[in-house]
Amino acid sequence: MEVLLALTAGVLAAAGVYLMLAGHMLRLVFGVTLVGTAANLVVFVGGGLTRELPPLIGEGLTAPEGIVANPLPQALVLTAIVIGFGLAAFALALALAAERRLGTVDPEAMRVAEPEDAG
Amino acid sequence: MTMTETWVLSAPLLLPFATAVAALLVPRPELNARWVSLGGSALHLVATVALATMIWQQGPMAASFGGWQAPLGIALVADTLSAVMVLVTALMGLVCATYAIADVGKRRARRHWHALYQVLLAGATGAFLTGDLFNLYVWFEVMLIASFGLLVMGGSRAELDGGVKYVALNLVATIMFLTAIGLIHAITGTLTMADLPARLVGADPAAVAGASMLLFGAFAAKAGLFPLFFWLPAAYHTPPMAVTAIFAGILTKAGVYALMRVFTLVFPEGPAMDVLLVIAVLTMVVGVIGAAAQTDVHRILSFHIVSQIGYMALGIALGSALALLGAILYMVHNIVVKANLFLIAGVGRRLTGSHRLGRGAGLYAAAPFLTVLFLLAAMAMAGVPPFSGFWGKLALVQAGAAEEHWLAIAATLGVGLFTLYSMTKIWLRGYLAEPERGRARRLSALPGPARVALLTPIVALTAVSLSMGLAPEPYLAVAERAAEELLAPQPYIDAVLGLHPTLAEGGPR
Repeated sequence: MEVLLALTAGVLAAAGVYLMLAGHMLRLVFGVTLVGTAANLVVFVGGGLTRELPPLIGEGLTAPEGIVANPLPQALVLTAIVIGFGLAAFALALALAAERRLGTVDPEAMRVAEPEDAG
Repeated sequence: MTMTETWVLSAPLLLPFATAVAALLVPRPELNARWVSLGGSALHLVATVALATMIWQQGPMAASFGGWQAPLGIALVADTLSAVMVLVTALMGLVCATYAIADVGKRRARRHWHALYQVLLAGATGAFLTGDLFNLYVWFEVMLIASFGLLVMGGSRAELDGGVKYVALNLVATIMFLTAIGLIHAITGTLTMADLPARLVGADPAAVAGASMLLFGAFAAKAGLFPLFFWLPAAYHTPPMAVTAIFAGILTKAGVYALMRVFTLVFPEGPAMDVLLVIAVLTMVVGVIGAAAQTDVHRILSFHIVSQIGYMALGIALGSALALLGAILYMVHNIVVKANLFLIAGVGRRLTGSHRLGRGAGLYAAAPFLTVLFLLAAMAMAGVPPFSGFWGKLALVQAGAAEEHWLAIAATLGVGLFTLYSMTKIWLRGYLAEPERGRARRLSALPGPARVALLTPIVALTAVSLSMGLAPEPYLAVAERAAEELLAPQPYIDAVLGLHPTLAEGGPR
């Protein structure tokens, strides 16, 4: 299972990098989202996989009984997903604003802040 | 006792958040938010002075939260380096909040610029105080999201253009950081920085090297090291000067701080430090050459940020006590003086109407007082003795000589000369030369309140810079202790893991 998920993370990262290099703001955002998902998978798989044993503590106990899944990576991934969602939303809004104001979706073609003649 | 310690450690973090909420809720934010921000920043400075005093007297200190002792719980921890960084952050926060009173317009204030600004300060403070790698990531994100907003809030074409580059590269760095955290957690099962050195003993060296290099790449991009610095001069010059100054002062230095902390404590040996020496020299040289090609004051200064990050990286790469002392001293000097140069440039733009050399000129005749302040800051930046940049560079050169890194020394000195060249260029073409058309206004042409708000921060920062140059002993003593603590981190580790004597006497469980 770990191998399968590791390969999935690799494929996601490769697809994400491919999209990021396409020279298009929208694809850049999608690419970053895909690579971010790959990173989340790495965090999740890195914590070890345990099937069908949720990390719950029974009533009246102070520690879980027997083997349970590692709750830490779940908490980390949850935080990372929320942060990634916020960043993606911001990046999309920025892409939209840039397209409207600058008239292009190609980051390479945006030369307002660094005019070529000022060099 | 320990309750006090917990409060002193968390107050610098809670205050900016409280101020941000207050600035968000205050009626008529376009008029009132700036005063809330100013007051909150002043309280923040008081809280960090209290923290720094306590750390100076008692050594490294940690506080756990939620009833869990680290490494299971998450700790706030401060040693001398953290305390210094938090203190400088609060100082810069207050200074830029003052400048922003006149510099940030009503439109931005209505869009809650001041609340976002406080969130930025909170993120920086959190990054300097946390003892946990994942929390470091979260604080970087807090800082990053606030900086995104501050950068593009005006919505001008230049801001959006700079914002796209800045956001894209920082998102990639963020993902590298997160992946590295996942790998480190997989290797060691912990993310508490103080717990990592012991857990890494005997780990698979290849896995550790991979994770540490990913982490190194993330921090290097955030610090603006070669070759991942392009986002910085593309974006930093576009927003209002109060934003640029706080970015120049604090944001990239958070990356340097993270490098310093993680690569002295967790990965003191490894491939990253060998690479860093070369990268540091390249960063210095490329940054300064980039600056030489520019004719816009803000962009010259932005490229110099890159170049000067190289000095700090050099100190970390050399890794001796003297080198780290130099890097820390230089970092504090650089935060103060670089921000000051941007603030001065902002006033210059108001007087001349342009930040392009040639068009924005004639400041020597129009504003002699501003000229003196610029000259003091420019000399400090170039590292001319006895100004503040000199001492840090001297320590770095001595540390380089002790390890016979002659090329690094040559780069350090050569880059200093080029910095002087850039400063001379601004001096000649921005201050002495007559403007191409029109003429610069006098300082007295600015409305009275704006003049006070703009000039008080500059005078204050100049005073700090002068004191660092003329009376460096106390600064040297602090930097020396910070460097020693980095190289002998056992008290830091003990403080976090609960072996500290003050915590053992019935502290938090």
